[in-house]
Amino acid sequence: MKPLVSIEDLRVAFNGVPVLRGVDIALQKGEAIGLVGESGSGKSVTWLAALGLLPRHAQISGSVRLDGRQILGAPAAELDQVRGGRIAMIFQDPASALNPVLTIRRQLCEALSLHRDLQGNAVKAEARRLLDLVGIPDAGRRLEAYPHEFSGGQVQRIMIAMALAGNPDLLVADEPTTALDATIQAQILELLSTVRRELGMAMVLISHDLGVVAENCDRVAVMYAGRIVEQAPSNQLFADPVHPYAQGLIGALPPLDGPRRRLTAIPGTVPDPAHMPGGCAFAPRCALVAEACGLAAPTLAPIADDRSVACVRAEASRRALLGIAAE
Amino acid sequence: MGRYFAIRIGRAALTIVLVVTFAFIVLRLSGDPALMILGPEAPPEVLAAFRKAWGLDDPIWAQYFDYFGAIAKGELGRSMRDGRPAIELVLERIPATLALTLPAFFFKVALGVPAGIYAALHRGSGIDRAVMMTAVAGFTVPSFVLALLLVLVFAVQLGWLPSGGQDSWRHAILPIATLSLGGAAVLARFTRSAMLEVLGQPYIRTASAKGVPWRKVVTSHALPNAAIPTVTILGFMVGTLIAGAVVVESVFAWPGVGRLLVVAVANRDLAVVQCILLLVAMTMVTSNLIVDFLYGFLDPRLRSKGAHA
Repeated sequence: MKPLVSIEDLRVAFNGVPVLRGVDIALQKGEAIGLVGESGSGKSVTWLAALGLLPRHAQISGSVRLDGRQILGAPAAELDQVRGGRIAMIFQDPASALNPVLTIRRQLCEALSLHRDLQGNAVKAEARRLLDLVGIPDAGRRLEAYPHEFSGGQVQRIMIAMALAGNPDLLVADEPTTALDATIQAQILELLSTVRRELGMAMVLISHDLGVVAENCDRVAVMYAGRIVEQAPSNQLFADPVHPYAQGLIGALPPLDGPRRRLTAIPGTVPDPAHMPGGCAFAPRCALVAEACGLAAPTLAPIADDRSVACVRAEASRRALLGIAAE
Repeated sequence: MGRYFAIRIGRAALTIVLVVTFAFIVLRLSGDPALMILGPEAPPEVLAAFRKAWGLDDPIWAQYFDYFGAIAKGELGRSMRDGRPAIELVLERIPATLALTLPAFFFKVALGVPAGIYAALHRGSGIDRAVMMTAVAGFTVPSFVLALLLVLVFAVQLGWLPSGGQDSWRHAILPIATLSLGGAAVLARFTRSAMLEVLGQPYIRTASAKGVPWRKVVTSHALPNAAIPTVTILGFMVGTLIAGAVVVESVFAWPGVGRLLVVAVANRDLAVVQCILLLVAMTMVTSNLIVDFLYGFLDPRLRSKGAHA
């Protein structure tokens, strides 16, 4: 099946410092992919770069195709059609993501009139319907309100409504619940998965919260230091992570059932992008580091159907893991 | 909203009282008007008679209360020099000052705001650097230096324009240019930083992510937000319309309020100085009130805060 979006060898550097070092990811229609990793691993930058939303001084190379069409470096007018119309994005801090001096109606209708062929009253009616859809009570009256008159959770709902305004094929949700408290988080995630199901929309859920991703995504890509290090269906990744970094992340999660065990932390810190180690970026923190790790950065290689890992010991460590599990 | 303004109007009135009080005390402590106006050779009995006639030998607090009593009756005092009502002297100078400050205000805005916006949108470009260098030069060079520089070039060297006086519109060009350049520089820098601040906000990225064309992101998302801090500085500039040209009027021998103030201070012509300062305080305070009102209009967050306050 032809992918909806395919990103190949996407690289981004700020002032000569590489922050994205060759990202490959493909997304099918209607699929939900989780992108996890520590802050600074390049999760958000990948999608900001793909949509041309990075500051001008960012140096970007590689390829981003939407339905086979190259959109990286596309002319502004073409990108404006893609943004909001084909691929919508919502952000981490809803409180500052809406323009404080414009009413919700203006901001919603702006998106509607850009991407939908609606006139006059139909625009406002559709704006009202969208607010209803995302669960803002008394939508008709609330349209005239300003962002500061809503709570954080409500603003994120409005952001979702705005993202849906253009009937996009893909919604990129960049840490959509990080700034919200736990109960609201669950509601927003519920809302996202409901609208996704109803509209058949694909979704990229960027998060550092593995639990959130496990519950909401079909597939997970783990990022480390500007690269994807492991990609797998959610259930497989959580049951049987292969890359030592993915193992570390999952080892740091408390188990829901079974005996209580000491949580393991990954030793060391993320390398400074300006001083990346020569070979594998994770090698300095890796418990299974070998001589080969320092020579060249491993590329993402398939190890099973729909699974790929970027590690010199991918096969070996997987077997080792299976061996331990069998004991 | 009502209370928001009630508080501000109360504060404005207090500001005016404080300014007038301060001017009153400082003027009376800094020299004897009798000596200044009559000269040091005047016989002592003439000086004494002068002081008695103007109430200058009363204790300062008595003079102060008399003064406020008179203001309450709408009496702003008479000039000690020629006995005419101070307010009359001041009012007849206002048109001359406005003839400089109003066009200068227009040019400041017309030059400064677009230059600042352009520089912010093309940050780091050659034009940005040129605008900022001009702006820094524009507001570090004191206005009297700039005025003399312009006179040197356009009046003395080139002989295109007169160096002083008020005989024709050509006489106004150099004073207006002096006022405009300094103000435009301040405004350009201020607008640029306000714009840069706004352009870095997440809601600008949201607008781009929605597919809003960049030009519209700037006009309908960035500018309304950048207007809020810029209005502050514009309000300050409106406040200086009446007496913001003291230096420039002196350099160019332009008979406006500013020159009247300089002469009146030199002569310790108390009523005239106080009258001008009262007027200045009132324009400043009024323009601040207008700015507060505009904030409420431009920023819905303040509007609702005011309503709940």
